Amino acid sequence: MSDHEYTPKSKVGKWFNDRLPLLTLANHLTDYPTPKNLNYWWTFGGILTFCLITQIITGIVLGMHYVAHADLAFQSVEHIMRDVNYGWLIRYVHANGASMFFLAVYIHIFRSLYYGSYKSPREVIWIIGMLIYFLMMATAFMGYVLPWGQMSFWGATVITNLFSAIPLVGESITNWLWGGYSVDNPTLTRFFSLHYLFPFLILGLVVLHIWALHVPGNNNPIGIDIKKPSKDTVPFHPYIVIKDAFALLIFLLIFAFFVFFSPNILGHADNYIEANPLVTPAHIVPEWYLLPFYAILRSVPDKLLGVIAMFAAIFVLVILPWLDTSKVRSTVFRPIYKQFYWFLVADVLILGYVGAMPAEGLYLLIARVATAYYFAHFLIILPFLGMKEKTTPLPLSITEPVLGGSTDMAMARNNSDFKDKL
Amino acid sequence: MSDSEKKKPNRRDFIVTATTAAGAVGVGAVVWPLVDQMNPDASVKALASTEVDISAVEPGQSITVLWRGKPVFIKRRTQDEIDSARAVDLSELKHPEKDEDRAKNPEWLVMLGVCTHLGCVPLNDKGDYGAWFCPCHGSHYDTSGRIRKGPAPTNMEVPKYEFVNSNTIKIG
Repeated sequence: MSDHEYTPKSKVGKWFNDRLPLLTLANHLTDYPTPKNLNYWWTFGGILTFCLITQIITGIVLGMHYVAHADLAFQSVEHIMRDVNYGWLIRYVHANGASMFFLAVYIHIFRSLYYGSYKSPREVIWIIGMLIYFLMMATAFMGYVLPWGQMSFWGATVITNLFSAIPLVGESITNWLWGGYSVDNPTLTRFFSLHYLFPFLILGLVVLHIWALHVPGNNNPIGIDIKKPSKDTVPFHPYIVIKDAFALLIFLLIFAFFVFFSPNILGHADNYIEANPLVTPAHIVPEWYLLPFYAILRSVPDKLLGVIAMFAAIFVLVILPWLDTSKVRSTVFRPIYKQFYWFLVADVLILGYVGAMPAEGLYLLIARVATAYYFAHFLIILPFLGMKEKTTPLPLSITEPVLGGSTDMAMARNNSDFKDKL
Repeated sequence: MSDSEKKKPNRRDFIVTATTAAGAVGVGAVVWPLVDQMNPDASVKALASTEVDISAVEPGQSITVLWRGKPVFIKRRTQDEIDSARAVDLSELKHPEKDEDRAKNPEWLVMLGVCTHLGCVPLNDKGDYGAWFCPCHGSHYDTSGRIRKGPAPTNMEVPKYEFVNSNTIKIG
């Protein structure tokens, strides 16, 4: 991994490092050459790691007090809120932490879309990232079921029923998922077990995600390849560490605002009513971070096709590195793609909004148009745009834009001999 | 590879094939219990039938009982509701079923109160057909519990049931 040899200074360190090169790894992570033009959109990797660790720690603590049983789960959550010392704090951090985790992951994903971080040679990083995102959604969904409130129960019913759309074996699969003929105690206990497991799978994938990142190194805002280490890079520590820490601090301000001032604003009041299999709440709405996919599901009038469209909306992201045919990574140099990028952002926000609204009348129409546009963006616009678009000239190095206007550099750009000498 | 080049399988090939086959059977034998443990267990299956006293249900009234964790609607239909259900032309239906087949005794409609779209419980006396409406994703059902409008693919399911006597229905 490291481009240079490393020998620990102390004798003990050398003895240990010869047997298990952990110090070499630590040295690689400290010295890891990072493009010096990384902006604050690049700080969300660190923020996401923080979120994952926070969820794991608060989750382990909650698991000490929570009882996974259909008759006791709801009460045990109230017990955590009222009786357990600081239980309210730990639970609110965990519940809002999930939302903050998704907020950060969406910014992280859209940063990647803007700067083309998913393109060669970083496709594997992107695909691992999408696996993490998918596992995050599964984990969050199962976690939301655990308090066994009305939204927990009916959310679980609706989502597990998605699998009943599969022809022939659909019913067997849903009964297998439930461990019965409806969402009930066996469903709750297995969701608890898996909700505990998945974060550790995510943690493993995060290690692979970072490992895969450290092979080609970071992309950067102008998206061109850099030589590393060189004048274009700075060591990860202290430069990036301190920048990440500052961004994390700002992020924590927002996080703390939700936890201490409006801990329930992102939840649903219905989930403070214990699960009742005889009454469905008037409006079943998933958590905000799943709303765009929910809107896509509802916009298709056929059950099976709706489910296929929803999963396709995620899958289309996985194959994105091959759908975007443009060789230029950063949107900065793609004037037309830049507009489509912001259309996509608006489209996803609109899908999220209509996903929270009842599926009728104008909302349904908007959801259908937005769903069609979502797929058109990835399947039609991106492949064709990459072939047709006239991109603006790329700078030679990430230092060049800083020295912008310099005639030497303008000449250099047009002088291939000079480029070779560089 | 032509026939002349084809190698005669030797004893080692036989051992490799036999070992792989035995290994595959072994893996299957280990995986199946791990998969099957998630299926409905004996205690869940044991709750197979429920008897319901319907003597207090007035015409036009509907009661909901729990059977295998799912709500079952037992509706005592009025003559108007029966007539409107039976007057429907089957060609208008997404999932064509005669009302006569769904309600053997026309006065009593017994069906799973579970929307066939994604499993919500539809609301009674709502929707475009004056019968059931699912609030989750907007499926409308008629007075026979048949899907008329919205994303649900099929009619609400009629479970196996019988009249034990004129006042009692046994579901399951």
